[in-house]
Amino acid sequence: MDLKGLYREIVNEHNLRPSHKGDMENPDLVLRGVNPSCGDDITLQLRIVDGVIDDAMFAGSGCAISQASVDMMADQIIGRSKEDAIKLAGTFMGMIKGEIKDDEELEELDEAAALKDISHMPARVKCAVLGWKTMQEMLEHPEKAGEVSTENQ
Amino acid sequence: MARPEDFRADFPILNKGDYIYFDNAATSQRPSVVVDAIRDFYENANANPLRGLYDWSVEATDRYENARKTVADFIGASSTEEIIFTRNTTESLNLVAYSYGLENVSEGDEVVITVMEHHSNILPWQMVCREKKAKLVYLEPDEEGVISEAEYKSKITDKTRIVSIGHVSNVFGITNPVKEIAAYAHEKGATVIVDGAQAAPHIPVNVQDMNVDFYAFSGHKLMAPMGIGVLYGKKALLENMKPFLTGGEMIEYVTREDATYAELPHKFEAGTVNAAGAVGLDAAIKYLQKVGFDFIKEQEDALTKRIMEGMKKLPYIKIYGSSDYKKHSGIVTFTIDGVHPHDISSVLNDDHVCVRAGHHCAQPLMQFIGAGSTARASVYFYNTEEEVDRFLEHLKNVRAYMGYND
Repeated sequence: MDLKGLYREIVNEHNLRPSHKGDMENPDLVLRGVNPSCGDDITLQLRIVDGVIDDAMFAGSGCAISQASVDMMADQIIGRSKEDAIKLAGTFMGMIKGEIKDDEELEELDEAAALKDISHMPARVKCAVLGWKTMQEMLEHPEKAGEVSTENQ
Repeated sequence: MARPEDFRADFPILNKGDYIYFDNAATSQRPSVVVDAIRDFYENANANPLRGLYDWSVEATDRYENARKTVADFIGASSTEEIIFTRNTTESLNLVAYSYGLENVSEGDEVVITVMEHHSNILPWQMVCREKKAKLVYLEPDEEGVISEAEYKSKITDKTRIVSIGHVSNVFGITNPVKEIAAYAHEKGATVIVDGAQAAPHIPVNVQDMNVDFYAFSGHKLMAPMGIGVLYGKKALLENMKPFLTGGEMIEYVTREDATYAELPHKFEAGTVNAAGAVGLDAAIKYLQKVGFDFIKEQEDALTKRIMEGMKKLPYIKIYGSSDYKKHSGIVTFTIDGVHPHDISSVLNDDHVCVRAGHHCAQPLMQFIGAGSTARASVYFYNTEEEVDRFLEHLKNVRAYMGYND
């Protein structure tokens, strides 16, 4: 898909009308993810119940691709176990890096797989992966998420 | 009268396809004469300059030193000893910060810069102030991007040791009153350093007329190759400074414990130099002088005017800096309501328009003007009105591509 098609069919909807943007009351994990060179800046918030992601929200600002990608990610990880979500992040990043091309494997990503063509746009890769990297980091190192959330409060 | 079309044939990259290159403030394009000069150096004069006693090395040295003479004349320096070749403006400013700043700034002193500076004129001074427990003071512009007399006179004081300012802002394009600021700073006993990266390609520079102590610029923004830059410094200051880097080429005599340093300017040019880069810079300056600053200014003003007038018809576009197109040095920094600058740049790229998006290595300024990042279109004398019109047409479509129904 070319860039404008990608915006038109996928990105704009999530950017202009995100389903998961806002501040969560009493999140279990909060972590800020920033792309210092371009200014994408999100704060991802997760509620975890019995090891399963019960809800995911994000606050912040950034380009349409970063915002749409994290919104789509929230759709995909709600209802998944932490381990599953980490694995899915690996799949997403593999896709963006152009390492995973197998459609069957990418099916797991559902709508987020639409960002596959970002792998041909090196300048936008870090926008697309910001949300996923933040989520992976906070689940693998919850102690960091704890620190950040204290600082934010 | 000259027209941009007269020069476009000199730039092979501008004649490939329908790309519109509007990122000249980041780097300019190079004419064939510059690439040819580099090729000729490597094909006909290549040897390590400054050390060999044979013909080729002598020829390489001559070409390298002739480039220094061209640079000295270009910026009105009184001697070639005052011209040091570096990699770029960033390295030039770091050289001053390390070799002059650290030696001359003490606890309680102040270093004055502006909030408009490029990071390369901020970080070295943050380092000096941190090391020496000195205070970093920022001059702030008004809404038109101007540093007023009242502003610099209130912040440059007897405590000020160093004033380091950009000649032309890479975001607003505004030319700062460097000569006036230098005169006042000298009255207060401060040393004046000027970042000329964005000025040297666009306006005549005369370091003696401005009476600045150091002046830094890069070759690549004025059509020379990347990796060659210049630091001008007053001889009296350079002579008393310690070398920035040490090693080969910069010594006179070495024993097991000690060394005496080479004479200026070689004291500051450690290691094998970028001779071909200097030769390319020589060719670029001569080309620039052939085009002439009058034509450059005239063409930049005409294009900037057209861009700003076109943008003003689009109510969702905000332009930063002066409302006077003549004060932009060909730089128009802007935002589009509801569209992140990275998306502006990506969508325009899809239409083969090259503009910069981001914080332009000037995050303190972005914070000051309340923009996370911006988009920037910057023209040079080889751009055309036809390109501006196509750019404006594409710009009109950006919001639609981003899902807005205007």
